[in-house]
Amino acid sequence: MKEMICIQCPVGCKLIIRKKGEEIYVEGNKCKRGKEYAINELRNPTRILTTTVFIEGGKGKHEMLPVKSDREIPKDLLEHAMKELAGVRVKAPVKCGDIVFKNIANTGVNIIATRDMEEK
Amino acid sequence: MALSSSLARLNACWRKKMRVDVAVIGGGPAGLAAAAEASKEASVVIIERNEELGGILQQCIHPGFGNFIFGEMLTGPEYATRFIEKVRAAGVDIMLETTVLEIENKKIIASGRNGIVEIEAKAIILATGCRERTRQQILIPGTRPAGIYTAGCAQRLINIDGVMPGRKVVILGSGDVGLIMARRFTLEGAEVEGVYEIMPKPGGLMRNVVQCLHDFDIPLHLRHTIIDIKGKKRVEGVVVAKVDENLKPIKGTERYVECDCVVLAVGLIPENEIAKKAGVEMDAITGGAIVDEGMETSVDGIFACGNAVHVHDLVDDVTIEAELAGKMAAKYVNGMEERKGLLKVKAGKNVRYVVPQMLRGKDIETIRFSFRVKKEMENARVVVKAGEEVIAERKERIVRPPEMVKILAEAKKIWEIRKEVMVEVEEV
Ligand SMILES: Cc1cc2nc3c(=O)[nH]c(=O)nc-3n(C[C@H](O)[C@H](O)[C@H](O)COP(=O)(O)OP(=O)(O)OC[C@H]3O[C@@H](n4cnc5c(N)ncnc54)[C@H](O)[C@@H]3O)c2cc1C
Ligand code: SF4
Repeated sequence: MKEMICIQCPVGCKLIIRKKGEEIYVEGNKCKRGKEYAINELRNPTRILTTTVFIEGGKGKHEMLPVKSDREIPKDLLEHAMKELAGVRVKAPVKCGDIVFKNIANTGVNIIATRDMEEK
Repeated sequence: MALSSSLARLNACWRKKMRVDVAVIGGGPAGLAAAAEASKEASVVIIERNEELGGILQQCIHPGFGNFIFGEMLTGPEYATRFIEKVRAAGVDIMLETTVLEIENKKIIASGRNGIVEIEAKAIILATGCRERTRQQILIPGTRPAGIYTAGCAQRLINIDGVMPGRKVVILGSGDVGLIMARRFTLEGAEVEGVYEIMPKPGGLMRNVVQCLHDFDIPLHLRHTIIDIKGKKRVEGVVVAKVDENLKPIKGTERYVECDCVVLAVGLIPENEIAKKAGVEMDAITGGAIVDEGMETSVDGIFACGNAVHVHDLVDDVTIEAELAGKMAAKYVNGMEERKGLLKVKAGKNVRYVVPQMLRGKDIETIRFSFRVKKEMENARVVVKAGEEVIAERKERIVRPPEMVKILAEAKKIWEIRKEVMVEVEEV
């Protein structure tokens, strides 16, 4: 048995999920989106990763450049992805949307800059 | 003595002066949207104390911005970028690293890179955002070691300066800022021992509770608080305890938690020092300026928007409110402002506050009331009344204190009745 909160709408139903063989039973959802959410969260939960990488020669006081994964990646790979990005350094100038790191954690997803950073 | 007075004289004759239709104080999302809108009908300057535009958004690197306005979950910097490009394209004058010190009769005194600047504006928009409550304001006893940060300060250190404030962290407060930081610390490899919340319910949005805490198995301790901070030079630990109904610590429930960093996410208060000095009337509950339906304050020609008026959970609402302020400020400058009278807006059953707090009968067809409830309620009916008459109503499946509620009402109906307006929430 597993409990989770559905975040598909502001009601935030408390879901109780039971697995019998391959079949998944969901209780506590006030609508069918709750069940879909639970099944997806159980089978393949994914998230957008947002973090920062070092930037050299950036304008002003910025030591870090904010970045994100351009698509969701499996939740279990977030930690691995963070490790891959730990040593990454980029040089200014950078444009919002520029690719900073390709194929993160072997997912085929790219890490992109989420702001412009001009040169000093 | 002689030197400082001659410097002062020198400064006085170097004092740069400028004139503009609309001066916007603060270049966060509120200031940017207000400036872009006002610039359609007037000359505009943005005065920002930081070295760049974007306000708090530049350090909010997580996704969750713009779902309503753009239909996508942008990060803070991405959301800011869109509006920075907009004000640049509109030809808005931008003054960075310039701090507004005071406003006297529509004259703004600011201090910038090249000394003091005087800006004479026909209308002023206050978009100064908010600041964080600190330890002094919540009275935690104990020593004063290093390692205690407000959440916003920790966020800036990690996301902009690239400095980790600690390795084993305790977070006090479960508002959105606290939740977001719990995830951020964890992703960066620190251990978040737990989030402690004095109230019986989390203070932030549900999606943040799930995606910031549950995703990383970070415990949330409701009805708990920090009663002592230990450590001489550096934080060594905290004492936490359960609280009773009156939020007083319960004897015998104390527990020592080892940590090297305490993050205080104990709330935000509108930043209004300059507004107060300018004689703008404040709302004791929001901590922000009292405004009318066009975001004009009690002082003619001074407008306010964003977190300087009331603390928002969603930036989209900030933008909508700020665009209105910008539009109405331009109207004021062009002598197009209309007024029909003055009506008060009151917070009724289960409503903590309502913005706007007053109506002046401006030429706005639909009035947007934003408010927060006192307590959670399922199957709620939101009602706007003028006198005894209901002029707008809507059902909500659930209302919660952390989520701002909005309801639209027709201005014409209100002015036909011309009685005090009240916003209420009741169970059905
Ligand atoms: C940690 C955190 C997480 C958030 N997460 C989300 C989210 O996921 N989704 C969402 O929609 N919203 C979120 N928000 C809310 C949203 O970011 C804010 O509501 C919004 O940024 C407020 O905009 P503002 O322009 O009013 O204030 P600010 O962004 O604070 O801007 C105010 C500006 O005014 C300047 N200023 C102040 N005083 C002066 C002065 N005297 N002279 C010159 N300049 C001055 C400041 O330097 C600053 O740049 C979050 C907020 C925080 C703090
Ligand atoms: S189950 Fe349906 S009603 Fe309940 S939170 Fe999810 S989407 Fe909303």
